Amino acid sequence: MDGSLFMILAALLLVVVMLTAALAALLSESHLVAVVSLSILSLGLTLLFVLLRAPDVAMTEGVVGVGLSSLIFALALKRLRLYRSSTPAESCDE
Amino acid sequence: MLAAILYVGAVSLLVIGLAGMLLSSHLFRMLLGLVIAEAGANLLLVLAGYRWESAAPIWESGAYPQLMVDPVPQAMVLTAIVIGVGIQALAIALLVRIRQQTGSLQRDIVREQLEQDLDLELGVKLPSSMHAPSGEGPLLSGTRGAGNEQ
Repeated sequence: MDGSLFMILAALLLVVVMLTAALAALLSESHLVAVVSLSILSLGLTLLFVLLRAPDVAMTEGVVGVGLSSLIFALALKRLRLYRSSTPAESCDE
Repeated sequence: MLAAILYVGAVSLLVIGLAGMLLSSHLFRMLLGLVIAEAGANLLLVLAGYRWESAAPIWESGAYPQLMVDPVPQAMVLTAIVIGVGIQALAIALLVRIRQQTGSLQRDIVREQLEQDLDLELGVKLPSSMHAPSGEGPLLSGTRGAGNEQ
């Protein structure tokens, strides 16, 4: 069951999604896109924890990582006035 | 095969996060890199306690699973996730203060502002860096001003 094809394909898909989300969080121009892709990374990590037989960690990561952390980052974007700056280099001009 | 995929994913998440922390020039992006590296470290810890073809460490009444995943790294990761959110909140509070004090979040501008404030506090003469030489420099005059004022 563990080494089955489904498990390997699911893990491969989740790892690819997580790495893409991590690169998008660091390289995208908009800060809002960065925060959203960080949330996608957390979601992939949650599903991977379920796959790795750690349901308690998956619950915590789902509540804290996807919910609370995204909320904190969204409020920080509002407070730091970063949500409408197009590029990271321009966000210092105001 | 499965272990190789997962370990490569975890280590590359850690490396991507560290590279983002070291290389980005915006303080908010440095915080995002920290969060990514934290996710990679959590995944690596859970993988360290994982045993192939085993059940979740949940003891139901009567039925005791023969082969379980190690629950100790899972407990540590559970703690690390919660502590990580605390660190994020603290870092965002620091970012808000930095934004209020210096008016920017670019790393170079914040560092320059900090050095100027420190020089003012200590009474050092201000234009004493290599970017802005004191007096009429023959080479660098006009290329760069003496820092950026508020």
